[in-house]
Amino acid sequence: MARFLLLLLLVSIAVFMLLELIPGDPVDALVPEGATPEMREQVRELYGLNDPLLQRYASWLGGVLQGDFGRSFQTRLPVAEAIAERAPVSLELAVLAMVVALAISVPVGVWSAYRPGGWVDRVATLVTSATLATPSFVLGILLVYVFGVQLKVLPILGWVPFSQDPVQHFSHLVLPVLTLAAGECVLFTRLLRGDMLATLQQDHVLSARARGLPTWRILARHALRQSSFSLVTVSGVVIGRLIGGTVIVESIFSLPGMGSLVVNAIISRDFIVVQSVVLLTALIYLLMNTLVDLTYPLLDPRVRKATS
Amino acid sequence: MTDLIERPDSDEAAAPPPEETAPVFKPTRRRRRDYGAMLGAAWIGVVVIAAITANWLPLPDPNEVTDTFSKPPSWGSHLLGTDSLGRDTLSRCIFGARVSMAVAIGGTAMSLVIGVALGMIAGYFRGAKDGAISLLINFLLAFPPLIFLIALVAALRPNLSTLVFGLALLGIPNFARVARATTIAFAEREFVTAAKALGARPVRILTRELLVNVMLPVMSLALVVMATLVVAEGSLSFLGLGVPPPTPSWGGMLAAGRESLSEHPHLMFVPALFFFLTVFSFNRLGDWARGRVGRESSL
Repeated sequence: MARFLLLLLLVSIAVFMLLELIPGDPVDALVPEGATPEMREQVRELYGLNDPLLQRYASWLGGVLQGDFGRSFQTRLPVAEAIAERAPVSLELAVLAMVVALAISVPVGVWSAYRPGGWVDRVATLVTSATLATPSFVLGILLVYVFGVQLKVLPILGWVPFSQDPVQHFSHLVLPVLTLAAGECVLFTRLLRGDMLATLQQDHVLSARARGLPTWRILARHALRQSSFSLVTVSGVVIGRLIGGTVIVESIFSLPGMGSLVVNAIISRDFIVVQSVVLLTALIYLLMNTLVDLTYPLLDPRVRKATS
Repeated sequence: MTDLIERPDSDEAAAPPPEETAPVFKPTRRRRRDYGAMLGAAWIGVVVIAAITANWLPLPDPNEVTDTFSKPPSWGSHLLGTDSLGRDTLSRCIFGARVSMAVAIGGTAMSLVIGVALGMIAGYFRGAKDGAISLLINFLLAFPPLIFLIALVAALRPNLSTLVFGLALLGIPNFARVARATTIAFAEREFVTAAKALGARPVRILTRELLVNVMLPVMSLALVVMATLVVAEGSLSFLGLGVPPPTPSWGGMLAAGRESLSEHPHLMFVPALFFFLTVFSFNRLGDWARGRVGRESSL
């Protein structure tokens, strides 16, 4: 826990310094062109840019802790509002991708471990190594080309709010979610297959088989539960990564999430938005990793005993 | 053999000896050639050589605008076609490979050196040094990778050297973790104790005794990191945050090809193929190297 807080402090300092490191005077972004030196000085005073570094950090951190990330240089609106408006999109993408990835990789991983070298295993190996070599931006465009341009079965761009039309909402999400899930699917399948292969060699599986338990029961209850550890560990990291990693997908499919917010902010040099998004995603990422560490003992009695 | 002594008169005694005892010199199983990895090495070799010698190859200038727009790949003047401004795609792919390979090789080399040094120091000295280095590594890992890069790109204006530097930072934790774990495993071995007894200083032990052993798993990791960095650079270029135009990069070409996906799909397929082949090759080579290392360390 102490390490978590220390890391949080370090991350917040680094993210704060990000804005300091950016070359150029921040006032340039705040005043209209051809502003007089007096106006510039007024703006400096107004935004507290003349205060010492430590004081500015403290007031920034104080604001962040109260949910005030500052105002966008471009729109003059509070950054927190822009993020609150866009975060649900990224979150929905990440959660759906996670669900899809697990729904595909758990059965495939279990079956390929149960029959290593069988056709499911061989096809899975082929598909996973091909997917692993296809970066998400390549895969996304390929899917757009196949399903949107050639087959014309799915919409390829944009976002329809759920309240407006649930069917359209999900059909617009099929391709982005598939793109996002593919990479994680590979990771999960490989991990689960490796773990299951080891577990299936163990005595308790043999004894379960000798007792005549049905195969699905052995696989699900006796082998999968034990093999699911690394899956849980990685899932935590992955959901954190997905929240930051929706950037590419949001850009390909023009979805109004945090990723497109941050990319547009960089292009328009609206760095306070970049700073806030980086801080938030890092926070979520750190939280997920810590949560995984904490849930570990709940799953594995061996760890519980070792730590207590 | 005990069987034979106990029951000398059974008919099994006459049976041919069991497999384990039969030939003294077992024919060693020939190592299966890994054709995938060989092809991968060939592809990487071609790309690296082409990227280095791009200036002397008989190619049109990658930024030369001609009046044949969006020509699909075919035999003739423009082998891989031209883009929407009439620039030669093959030439742009080869000059774009410079960015990808600089990032893959330069970025990986940089993070390997820093990561291995940090990891070995942490693993050998433990204590406070280990604590500080582990904190640094956890700090680098506290950001989702792409967000980390985006933040860096925002702070440092993107050009080739800042990109290589940023991507190198991204790779450091991987190397440091492996180096640390391997150093811890080897630090208790007899040869290290012997060197210590002979009065070797820590620097000598780290560089002369431990480094060789650490490098083995690190080298196979390096190939995987190369693949990751090529993808990371591609993601940035694709988002328009990589090397600024008009310098060609595969990610930038792909982003441009996306604009005319329905009329000229080849503008997207050619750079996509370069990405696929390169990442696939690095991955296959990484798998191959990991297999070799596993075999050697089990001896």
